[in-house]
Amino acid sequence: MHIKKTWLVAVAAGLMTTMTHGALASSEGPHLASAGNDIFSQASLQRGARNFVGYCLGCHSAKYVRWNRVAADLGIPEADLKSIQFTGQRPFDTMVSGMPPEAAKRWFGNAPPDMSLLARARGTDYIYSYLMSFYADDSRPHGVNNLVLPGTAMPHVLAGLQGLQQPVYATHTGEDGKPQSVVEKLEAGDAGQLAPEQYASFVRDTVNFIEYIGEPVQAKRRTLGVWVVLFLLVFTAFAYLLKQEYWKDVK
Amino acid sequence: MASTESHNASKPQGGLNGWINARFPLDKMLREHITEYYAPKNFNFWYYFGSLALFVLILQLVTGIFLTMNYKPSATEAFGAVEYIMRDVEWGWLIRYLHSTGASAFFIVIYLHMFRALLYGSYKAPRELLWLLGMAIYLALMAEAFMGYLLPWGNMSFWGAQVIVSLFGTIPVIGDGLVEWIRGDYYISDITLNRFFALHVVALPLVLVFLVAAHVLALHEVGSNNPDGVEIKKTKGADGKPLDGIPFHPYYTVKDLFGLGVFLTIFCGIVFFKPDGWGMFLEAPNFEPANPMQTPPHIAPVWYFTPFYAILRAVPSFLGTQIWGVIAMFGAIVLLALLPWLDRSPVKSMRYRGWVPKLALAVFAVTFVMLGYLGLKPATGIFPLLARVFTVLYFAYFLLMPWWSRMGATKPVPERVTYDAH
Amino acid sequence: MSEQVDLGRRKLLTAATAATGAIGAGLAVSPFLASWKPSARAKALGAPVEIDISKLEAGAMIKVEWRGKPVWVVRRTPEMLGGLSQHDALLLDPGSDGSKQPAFAKNAARAVKPEYFVVLGVCTHLGCSPMSKFTVGEVEAGWPGGFYCPCHGSKFDLAGRVFKGVPAPSNLEVPPYAFVGEGKIIVGTEGAQAA
Repeated sequence: MHIKKTWLVAVAAGLMTTMTHGALASSEGPHLASAGNDIFSQASLQRGARNFVGYCLGCHSAKYVRWNRVAADLGIPEADLKSIQFTGQRPFDTMVSGMPPEAAKRWFGNAPPDMSLLARARGTDYIYSYLMSFYADDSRPHGVNNLVLPGTAMPHVLAGLQGLQQPVYATHTGEDGKPQSVVEKLEAGDAGQLAPEQYASFVRDTVNFIEYIGEPVQAKRRTLGVWVVLFLLVFTAFAYLLKQEYWKDVK
Repeated sequence: MASTESHNASKPQGGLNGWINARFPLDKMLREHITEYYAPKNFNFWYYFGSLALFVLILQLVTGIFLTMNYKPSATEAFGAVEYIMRDVEWGWLIRYLHSTGASAFFIVIYLHMFRALLYGSYKAPRELLWLLGMAIYLALMAEAFMGYLLPWGNMSFWGAQVIVSLFGTIPVIGDGLVEWIRGDYYISDITLNRFFALHVVALPLVLVFLVAAHVLALHEVGSNNPDGVEIKKTKGADGKPLDGIPFHPYYTVKDLFGLGVFLTIFCGIVFFKPDGWGMFLEAPNFEPANPMQTPPHIAPVWYFTPFYAILRAVPSFLGTQIWGVIAMFGAIVLLALLPWLDRSPVKSMRYRGWVPKLALAVFAVTFVMLGYLGLKPATGIFPLLARVFTVLYFAYFLLMPWWSRMGATKPVPERVTYDAH
Repeated sequence: MSEQVDLGRRKLLTAATAATGAIGAGLAVSPFLASWKPSARAKALGAPVEIDISKLEAGAMIKVEWRGKPVWVVRRTPEMLGGLSQHDALLLDPGSDGSKQPAFAKNAARAVKPEYFVVLGVCTHLGCSPMSKFTVGEVEAGWPGGFYCPCHGSKFDLAGRVFKGVPAPSNLEVPPYAFVGEGKIIVGTEGAQAA
């Protein structure tokens, strides 16, 4: 009996270590700020949808996402869809960008990625941090660079809102022994239309929406999950009592 | 409940039951495998996983069939088809998550089931064939999981298949031709996807179902082992039934039902709250479509393969070939199959063995988990060294087993199983 | 072994577990069955279609596909419309009582505007698509003009009403549709959807 317990603990501990480290392995790379978005907040998702349509959809598609699904999930009346959709799009169409991919490739060097699954592939913290860390860099074609994705091909579409952050460089000794210029932090440059906390909340809403389109059923899944687990606990309790009852026979 | 007349099959029955039993051994089968299959009464926690494995197999078959209804095995359509299932098909997301989580659950259950065999010597005579059939199931399951992993056609699917298929390229002389033959192309392409699909949804499930049936038949022929490693058939009562045995139904059906309840609660907890399994069941790079031009920055097989993957990477190439790692990896699986002949202990159960085998098994358990962990990590820093240490320990466990399994005094095995009635 | 067994409790627990299990199994099966319903994509593809009828000449017909079926729009001439009331005795269901159509089309012309006849071009016998035979006498002597199914010889008049003595059991089905804007019909919905 005693051995059994030890085994259990050993195996469980082993599995736990593996799991935790597996999770940590995905957070390598630049330090990311927490997005802190709430997938259950319809108000935030609605604002995010408006931001997404206004600022992202011009170049990025979300080709697996249907407009009417978004409307239904986010509590947007289908009649209101028309005001945000491109002309000629029907409610059940998917969110395809108006920009032809070939043109995009010509303008930006590579086609802007589809956003349907970005949050699942990269995580919300990544997108949030990315949108927060554009800075002025004249050496780049669009005059901006990004701390999270150095050399990004994307222009700072939200510069009008955020303003353009200025980098503060510091000199470090690189691995080769030569001094290197590294961006130490970002400073506010010209003010944008939004105050810093307003901009952060703008990005947070947008990221929330991007997480939502990554898995539209997510909120429903988690709500339903509570009932499923509760039901199974009831079943397990009955099964346990039944087992105890029958096993009274076994002497 | 066993009906009274079923005890005497020669007595003609009336009704539909009688009509069937005159033509098909329905009652006879139910008796032999359910109501009058006598299992030891002292099964513990470790004995839940056999029935759970059977349940997960059925779950995978059913969800798999429903996924097939909406999936398209083509390089241009596969990735979109999975998203179609996840978004456009009603409840498609649930069916897909059940299947993807089920795959990992299958291996968790199977590994615990196998560990049970190591713990109580369940592979020892007369259960060697039962063990070999189990190993065949394990192999078929690995092939099934590997091919299934390509089907979503994500970038991890693609590169995972690329790496594993390339293993065959290390075989001298025929390697390159063999790899080309497996892929049917010069890279993992639409053609490869199509044949993996056929094997994943038709061929291997058939093999698995056949092997599982054979495994259960073999089990019921020799009878179940138990935590004491005592053969209950040796002590029979006046009625010819084992004194320490109880009918599978109702005692173990209700017990397994309870086990199923616990399993389903945990399983559905993951399906509904963490279906990506913390990035281990569904990996982030697999949410990007397969891209032959770009390997994901951190590539590792799915967690259930990583112990063997760690062994593969731990073995260096020498004599101008890297086949040694491949041999070591497959050897690691073959050695498992040889357990019945490597283990020379006079007793089955760890309960009555000396401290050396107990320690050896503990070290092996830690080794296996650590190899699994290391297989997930990049081969940098301290990790390759650790992987080599644990690879040596893995092989030492098996190769030295004929000696250590006889070391240390064994405790006397009782005549009857130990069981405290509650 | 079972002298002191409380059979009542055992039965009760068996019933409780079985009932919970049965409910659970039922709930588990329903998503699988529901997955066979038309998916969001099927619904998108089967969405209402718009037909431009502004260029449709009198006496002519256009065919449009909707949900994988041919939809016909016939612009009937006054002569065609006049002929409709001449052969009620030959029809199986002249009042369209046993046939499928939206409430607004259950009238003599089987249409909202008698001039425009919108109908599913699918024979109610076994699903072939009948041919248009608008000319009087085209199929046989006394043929008033209508539709003729080549598969099993079912005959329909210019309001899609089936004649007696043919295999088809009911009139051709009229799909839900509505007139929208200038010279446009939308098939698949009865509500005038601004499109």
